Amino acid sequence: MLFRSSTPAFDMNIEGFHTGQHLANARKQADMRGLDDVLVVDVDCHHYETDNFAEILEYIEDPSLKQVALNTYAYKGPSAVLYDQPGYQDLGGRVTRYLERKGEKIPEDGRPREVAQTLRWMDALSVDYACLFPTPMLFLGLHPQPEVEVNMARAYNRWITDNILPANKRLRSMLYLPFNDPDATYRMVQEYGKKDGVIGFMVVSTRYKPVYDNAYMKTYALLEEMGLPLSFHASYHWNDQLVSLTNRFITAHAVGFTFFNAVHCANWVVNGLPERFPKLKVIWIESGLAWIPWLMQRLDNDYRMRTSEAPALKRLPSEYMRDMYYTTQPMEMVNNHKALELTFEMINADTQLLYSSDYPHWDMDLPSTIWDLPFLSEQSKRNILGLNAKRIFGLDVSDRFPENHGRAASPLVDTWRQDVVPAE
Amino acid sequence: MPEIFVARSEDLPEGGRVFVTANGNQIGVVRAKGQLHAYLNICPHQGGPVCEGLMVHRVEEIIAEDKTYQGMRFSEDDLHIVCPWHGWEFNIETGRCAGDGQHGLKRFRTEERADGIYVVV
Ligand code: FES
Repeated sequence: MLFRSSTPAFDMNIEGFHTGQHLANARKQADMRGLDDVLVVDVDCHHYETDNFAEILEYIEDPSLKQVALNTYAYKGPSAVLYDQPGYQDLGGRVTRYLERKGEKIPEDGRPREVAQTLRWMDALSVDYACLFPTPMLFLGLHPQPEVEVNMARAYNRWITDNILPANKRLRSMLYLPFNDPDATYRMVQEYGKKDGVIGFMVVSTRYKPVYDNAYMKTYALLEEMGLPLSFHASYHWNDQLVSLTNRFITAHAVGFTFFNAVHCANWVVNGLPERFPKLKVIWIESGLAWIPWLMQRLDNDYRMRTSEAPALKRLPSEYMRDMYYTTQPMEMVNNHKALELTFEMINADTQLLYSSDYPHWDMDLPSTIWDLPFLSEQSKRNILGLNAKRIFGLDVSDRFPENHGRAASPLVDTWRQDVVPAE
Repeated sequence: MPEIFVARSEDLPEGGRVFVTANGNQIGVVRAKGQLHAYLNICPHQGGPVCEGLMVHRVEEIIAEDKTYQGMRFSEDDLHIVCPWHGWEFNIETGRCAGDGQHGLKRFRTEERADGIYVVV
């Protein structure tokens, strides 16, 4: 594959991409830290459903929509069926795996290719279990036709539960909910909640439907009764009116990925949903961590002045937020280390934080980003990397659960100080 | 200091790169801007294979006299190497991270003699 540079002299041709080789340094890091002996559950990672799009479209139940989708896909590609947008996740070719992974050679074994491709990166990162999510479908919440979201969600969920999750016990998913249609959302939980490999449900937060709408209460009640977590997965949309004020992808991403989760989370708390559904486990995914102390402080400060507007609350907003769960990535590892440590303290990271890589996306985090944190005990690291997820998803990890743990001398890179540590 | 043979001079042209292994770790040797540069193939961010990344000039903004924005262009001088894992950029000549000027690649000395290129480890 040819990657264009600033001048032809530096154009780069890469052939024979292999996920395991691309991540060879990750494998080494895991070995140096003895991570194979640590349970690592990746609560947010992705595949590209568009790699198998024709197959997924065959699962669409509405015959007229299916006919349109198949023909549109044939002449315009998947973007026209879903709801694509401008954006340069791959940094203009600088993050090379976006293009390379498409051409990766995977031996044919009758399973969709992402099963083997996913296991390759999981092995490199020392991830034992991964919760897989789609990628381009994460923009569907803003599709102007709610029936497209419903039909795509149903097709995708049937496809993944038929083909991917049964292929390997290490692959799990929180299934996509077509949240713009509350009844279809409820039906999805009813029909798919007990399928093998399904460990919860996921709402893409980039949408204009408020979580406090009465239409969703029966779904929350059902999830609570079934003991299945509800997660809100951040994404962005550059055409969203607020985000469209930004002119660089860095801004659209930094703001867009936090904004919708912050709004939904504030609505969730202020409307007293934690009081109505005290046993429902709620997870906020892929907004990083810095927004949580910000929102906690804003809400607590306002709440004591405006208690009458949140009469359902029996505690401070931040206390409800401390009962929720958060995934780690993209963790803000910047030059103020104290900020991150305080954040961990404020969210009770020891019990509430769940490791996520977001692989293969450009801002993915390796397990070493948690393992290298100097302010955590080894037990806390193990909790965040896997034991918290095991607990809240009720995962049976008996096939891979570690017995012993060790630590080698040179970790190669210190992801906390962001410094190379030369091997002995 | 031990030396490791990298390549014959003609096998490492401008824009080319060669990898050697020293003490179990890879070192990437590139020729860029007419000079040889050798770095440990481990990025200070999260350990990615930085020497396998795209070499591309620094992007700069064009701001006119009246402070208005006029677009972007590539620098004619500053060449970066970009780590393919997440995109951290490093100045190829100094090994310093372009974003913060702080974090840096681990650099090795190179020798180019009549019989070829060597890296000193
Ligand atoms: S590891 Fe190099 S940019 Fe992250």
